[in-house]
Amino acid sequence: MRVLEPLIELVRGLWTTLRFMFEKPVTVQYPEHKKPVKARFRGRHVLHRYENGLEKCIGCSLCAAACPSDAIFVESSENTDEQRFSPGERYASTYEINMLRCIFCGFCEDACPTEAITLGDQYELSFTERSQAIYPKEMLIEPVPSGGKPTPQKTEPGTFTRSVPEMKDPQD
Amino acid sequence: MTLALLIEWIIKAVVLVLVLLTGFAYLTLYERKALARIQMRVGPNRAGPWGILQPIADAVKLIFKEELMPARADKLLFFLAPIVTLVPALVITAVVPWGPDLHVFGYTITLYIADVNVGVLYIMSVASIAVYGIVLAGWSSNNKYAMMGGLRSTAQMISYEIALGLSFVGVILLAGSAQMTEIVNAQKSAWFVLLQPVGTVIFLIATLAEVNRAPFDMPEAEQELTAGYHTEYSGMKFALLFMAEYDKMIAICSIGATLFFGGYREFWFLSNTILSVDRTPWLGPVYIFIKIFILLFGMIWVRATFPRIRYDRLMAFGWKVLLPLSLALIFITATFILLAQQSNNSLLLWGIPVVSLLAGLLAVSLVYRTLRRKEYARA
Repeated sequence: MRVLEPLIELVRGLWTTLRFMFEKPVTVQYPEHKKPVKARFRGRHVLHRYENGLEKCIGCSLCAAACPSDAIFVESSENTDEQRFSPGERYASTYEINMLRCIFCGFCEDACPTEAITLGDQYELSFTERSQAIYPKEMLIEPVPSGGKPTPQKTEPGTFTRSVPEMKDPQD
Repeated sequence: MTLALLIEWIIKAVVLVLVLLTGFAYLTLYERKALARIQMRVGPNRAGPWGILQPIADAVKLIFKEELMPARADKLLFFLAPIVTLVPALVITAVVPWGPDLHVFGYTITLYIADVNVGVLYIMSVASIAVYGIVLAGWSSNNKYAMMGGLRSTAQMISYEIALGLSFVGVILLAGSAQMTEIVNAQKSAWFVLLQPVGTVIFLIATLAEVNRAPFDMPEAEQELTAGYHTEYSGMKFALLFMAEYDKMIAICSIGATLFFGGYREFWFLSNTILSVDRTPWLGPVYIFIKIFILLFGMIWVRATFPRIRYDRLMAFGWKVLLPLSLALIFITATFILLAQQSNNSLLLWGIPVVSLLAGLLAVSLVYRTLRRKEYARA
């Protein structure tokens, strides 16, 4: 019955669509249910701290240099033993990322010598004004871990002598 | 004409218009839900439980939208076109009976607005008025795409209206009347879909083209014509055009249910039970509602399944397949009715579906041969 082919094709198409009506919908009810992101998801940046509360960022601006879209602005200042922010010689006194420019390529985390900046799993980045797109350091830095002290800290003289703290090889 | 009769008419007309307008609102929701399910989504579900307030949200949005008018548009026609499109879609349902006569307090209420004795002709003529609105909308917008959408719509409607009208003729011959109530009563023993299977298929295809639904939605083919005839429309005027399109869907489905699927009569497995319309007349509107609902699902289902066909093929299909086939159907129907009358044997009427199915098969095989020949020519 090859003559009936046009009809059979039509009916097969209709049957396919009808079958899918009884499949379970793949929709995720987004604001109520959020799917966990993948391990290597590149979301909003996070500036990390050491366990004692000191900031990992030493204000070297390598991330800003690596950034292909020029989204990062870093201004560094000198640490003193009275007011210590990071274990290095300097720290980032201003750290701003323009989220409208950022393309979430992850070059900044590759460039960072102290693993201070990583792309986290936060992806809800909407804002209503252009000025809100610039995320300052206060929004990016993670909270002080338990047992640590907030920065600036007062430290013993002679504890932190290196310009870049000693680092282990990266894990991931 | 007494005052009571006048009030009855007004009430019925208002009820019908309200049913059509809310029906339009909920048809959009129904379509979005059904399409979503076919595409494994859930569809609108934010406004109210299961999204039942979504049409209201849509309406509020459309009312508050800015109304734009192209600078060099024909102002009057641009304003009139949505109305001219909507009104036929509303008035066409006036002749569709949605239930048998009700006897309340010794007073008979007929469940139709007008029982015109040329009801089918009325439907045909009003349906063809709707195309004016579309072509005027396209022309008055002063936009190439809108113009082409309007022209395509006209050409398509004229072509498919012939097949549509001829598929009505088979029903008229069988019922012996063009009056809608007579046609419904004639389907007491068997729905005309059984006697006119091919005619029903032609009707269903032609209605898709008539109301510009996918896969025949050439007048608003997004990929080619942006939005076709309503490109320049926004706000409430766009809502009117949209409303006309969906009300036409409802109207044409109610006509289809009346002509081929027994109208307000009960389903065959319910006849001679307490649920038949002869015993409980008020179930008539329920039955026709169920039938319209199922036919509308068919339209949505077809939209979800088939891609839009090319314009020249659309015309070729209408003129070269549907028109000759429907003419052949009329010939077959008339022949067997004549035979049944001459021999006084109404069983001969069942020759109509047999022979018309054969004719349909022949048409399919001819289409198949043409397609094959084109394949060979290409290879």
